[in-house]
This record gives sequence, structure tokens and C-alpha cells, in this order.
Amino acid sequence: MPISRDDVLHVARLARLALTEDEVERLTHELADIVEAVGIVAELDLEGVPPTSHPRGLVNVMDDDEPRPPLPLEDVLANAPDHEGNLFRVPAWRQ
Amino acid sequence: MSWEPVIGLEIHVQLKTKTKMFCRCPVGFGAGENTQTCPVCLGFPGALPVTNRVAVEWTILLGLALDCTIAERAVFARKNYFYPDLPKGYQISQYDLPLCKDGKMLVPTADGDRVIGIVRAHLEEDAAKTVHVGGSTGRIGGAAWSLVDYNRGGTPLVEIVTAPDLHSPEEAKRFLQLLRQTIVELGISDAEMEKGTLRVDANVSVRPAGSDELRTRTEIKNMNSFTFIARGIEAEVERQIAVWEAGEEVRQETYDFDAATGRLTPRRAKEEADDYRYFPEPDLVPVEPDRRLVERLRAELPELPAARIRRIEGELGLERAIVLVTGGLDRLWQETVEAGADALAAANVVANNLVRAGVDPELVSPKELAKLVGARERIPRVAFDEAIARLGEPGFSADPYLAREAVSDVAALDPLVDAILAAHPEQVAAYRGGKEGLLGFFVGQVMRETDGTANPRVVSDLLREKLAG
Repeated sequence: MPISRDDVLHVARLARLALTEDEVERLTHELADIVEAVGIVAELDLEGVPPTSHPRGLVNVMDDDEPRPPLPLEDVLANAPDHEGNLFRVPAWRQ
Repeated sequence: MSWEPVIGLEIHVQLKTKTKMFCRCPVGFGAGENTQTCPVCLGFPGALPVTNRVAVEWTILLGLALDCTIAERAVFARKNYFYPDLPKGYQISQYDLPLCKDGKMLVPTADGDRVIGIVRAHLEEDAAKTVHVGGSTGRIGGAAWSLVDYNRGGTPLVEIVTAPDLHSPEEAKRFLQLLRQTIVELGISDAEMEKGTLRVDANVSVRPAGSDELRTRTEIKNMNSFTFIARGIEAEVERQIAVWEAGEEVRQETYDFDAATGRLTPRRAKEEADDYRYFPEPDLVPVEPDRRLVERLRAELPELPAARIRRIEGELGLERAIVLVTGGLDRLWQETVEAGADALAAANVVANNLVRAGVDPELVSPKELAKLVGARERIPRVAFDEAIARLGEPGFSADPYLAREAVSDVAALDPLVDAILAAHPEQVAAYRGGKEGLLGFFVGQVMRETDGTANPRVVSDLLREKLAG
């Protein structure tokens, strides 16, 4: 499947990535190669094969509803670029 | 041309589990900001989610109450979007394989049961809470930055999606009242709109009455009470009818409803359509509910509100039955009747006096309430009101109140009634001129003069007699 320049810009926008012109050019080719590599799967006859959602055959791995201690506040905020009191501070955004 | 509204609802319910959906951080209001968080719900790299078993069971329970098919295999999926209230860059939700689907809920009406389709009920995690600060306008768009509290982030959330089967704002409100009561009785959520543990978005379109087409719909958000939901839908229905009748087209948009002004404000159009790029969550394995568990939960389902409304409406009429059941008052009513009270009188006292006094029905002894219902016309109004207000107190006894007699002695009341009539010649003339609704005014005057000790029935008989003369 060919990947267009617009595909790359669209995905970059969704991920809030600012790409240089060179990067757009490079990623257009790289993404096309990746999609082509994965596309080999489409050559298989998958009639009646359910989609895999997890590589292991495990199901129903669940935990009891019993609280465990949360992270201490100083650790919560330790890596935050910015905070105000106990709150994380992030650049303005809107819905 | 007459138009028919077509309404579908999307309801989010926060479950009241002890811990979050995918980590064991405690859930609850009032804790210090960001003190109920951990690497999982903060989206730290490498942290792995583990599904909350109770949240899964409660969602199945709700699905069963909504007559849904419970999935043989449910899969969590990543819904990708970039937002500070979602630290991972995606919300864990369910997509093509939800836990519950294809259900229905019955809404009793005077013309039989309305069947409202439930498309799906799936499990996901709630987003964090953000506060917007700075900026000149105080609005989100003008804010300089946002502050984020991740305590709510990761709380189990059930999303219920109805089919577009509702056809009036009033019907939507009734459906929601019934759904809310069902959820509360299952014990899985407080489902309080004021607290945000129940949130509703409405999809609204209109079509020519009698047709079955589906026209362009709009979405209304931010309605924080059932009354506002009905009003918001009403306003949007009127707006759309006006658009079509002007020969224009309704555009697909999202509106915020402002309860204070009753106005709908369109949200600024997004630059592009949502592109969530759903895919199965690789950090979680599928849920395949054990059929024995499903059958055990089905067997545990209590009698649901819609069925109880049908059961008691014969005795009370549909409207009263709905008020009692959706108010969570019908069990107390039933037990009060079993303790000897008259059914209608008990219904009125429970639905009006008790609710107005703010008494928790769970704390009331039906036996004592039955005594009060029986004596309500004999004892002074003040004594009755005081007794009702104290019904919830531990060890409450109605007996001391029953001993207090209202003044029913005509000879004692007669001069007082004369004085009241003499003091209000204009109202007397108006009453005699046909405004008989003024009787209540005169009764109120007498009750006030007697500090609420007069028997209202004797007073109104006496008044009627004198006013007629």
C-alpha cells in the first residue's frame, strides 16, 4: 500500500509531532516499507481465522478489587516538567 | 407538517468499586489532588494495567438488567487521542467486542411498555480532571495553561448506548430516571449527575412524523440534570424543525447546553474528524465471562423498577407508581401499607411529606409511619410535620404525637373563623364571586392563628359553610 505525504502529515498531526521537510520525505518511504512488510499477512488465506488480539492464549487475567497504596506525591510529581501545588501544569489545550 | 424527534442517548456511569479499572489505586472523592495515583494511572512508561474483576462483574450485572447478550469474548481496545487528561495518549475502552450488547429496557407508559433498544454497554476508564487557569476571558480558549488532577483518571466507567428509539424529551427523561434507579438498586454506582458519576449526552434529529428516515443528527453535551436534559433536547428539536422548515439543512454539530439561559452553543468545529485508530490493547488479555458466573448473576437480579411500576400501578395509578419507584420509595410504601396504612394516603405521605422533609426512606420504621398516616387528619398539622421530620431518628416512636389532638371543636373555632373572614373582606367577595380556590388561603390563615393545631378538615367545612351563607 503506497503511503502518501498527506498520510504522514495526518498521522504526525494526530501525534502532535512537528516534522521537518526532510523527515516527512524520509518517513513517507519508511512507513511505506513497513506497511509493505506487514502486508505479507494479507497474502495468507485467513478465511475463518479469528483476529488475534493478544499473542498469548491467556484470558481472564484479573485482580481483586482491593486497594494498594498509591505512589507518594513526591514521586508522582518527580518527573513532571511543571507543576503548581499538587497539580500537574501543562500548556493550554482545548477540546 | 408535523415533526417527530428521534433521540438516542449515550450514558456514562462511574462504578463505585474500591479501586480503579486497571490499577489498585483507591477510588473516591475528597482525597488530596494526585494522591490516588500510581505509575499505571499516570501513564508512566512500562507500567502494565490489570483488569478489575469486580468492575467486569458489575458491568455484566448491568448488562443482564438491560436484557443484553453477554459476550463470549470481550476485548479491550485503545482509543487513541492526545490530551492531557489522558496521560497514556489513549483511553482503554472497548470497540468491536464490548462486554454487553443488543439489550432493551421497558419504559411503562399509559399506552403499554415502550421498548428502548440498548445497542451496547461497555467498560472503559475515566479521564482525569482538569482545571483551566489564566487567560483574559476565563474561558478554555483563553486559558494560559491547564492544571491536571489524575485522581479520577482510570476510574471504571460503563458506557451505555441506546438505539434512537426515544421520541420526546419527556420520554428521554423517563427512560433516564428508570435507568438511573436500576443502576442504583444494583448497587454498582451512586449515579448522581451533580457529582458527575452519571453523565448523559443526547443525539437528536427530527423527521416528518410517520416516516422512518434518519436525518442528520447533532449531539448535545453538558446537561447536568434530567430536567436540563429534557430542556436541552426540546430546544434542539425546535431549532432543527426551524432549520428544515426554512428550507435549510441541519449540519452535524456538537452543542453545549447552558441551563441558565436555555441556549445551545455550538462547539468550535474540529479541524478534522475524530480519528481514534482503535486497536486491541496488547497489555490486556481478553475477557471470556464464565457462563456459570453469568447465570449466577442473572439469578441474583432483583425485581427491576419497570416491573415494580407495573405491579403497583393498579393500586396507585401509573404516575404515582412511577414517582414512588423512581424515587426509591416504593419499598417503604409497600411495607407501610402492609403495616396497616391506606395505600393512597401512604403513597402521598411518602412521596410528598417525607421527601420534602428530606428523610432517608431507609431509616424509617414502616410501622411508625403507618400510625402517622392513619392519624394525619386527626392530629395537629404541626405535630404531624414534626413527627415526619423525625421519622429517621433511631428508636423513633409515633405514639407521643398520636396523643396530641387537633382542635376539632366547632364552638372553639367559630369565633376565630369569623374574625378571619371579617379581616379579609376582599377575598371573601372574590370567593363568593367564584374564586373558590381561595378556600386554601382562608384555611391557611386559621391554621396560622392556631399555630397549626386546628383540624384542617373541620376548619374547611366551617369556612365553606360560612362563605356560602
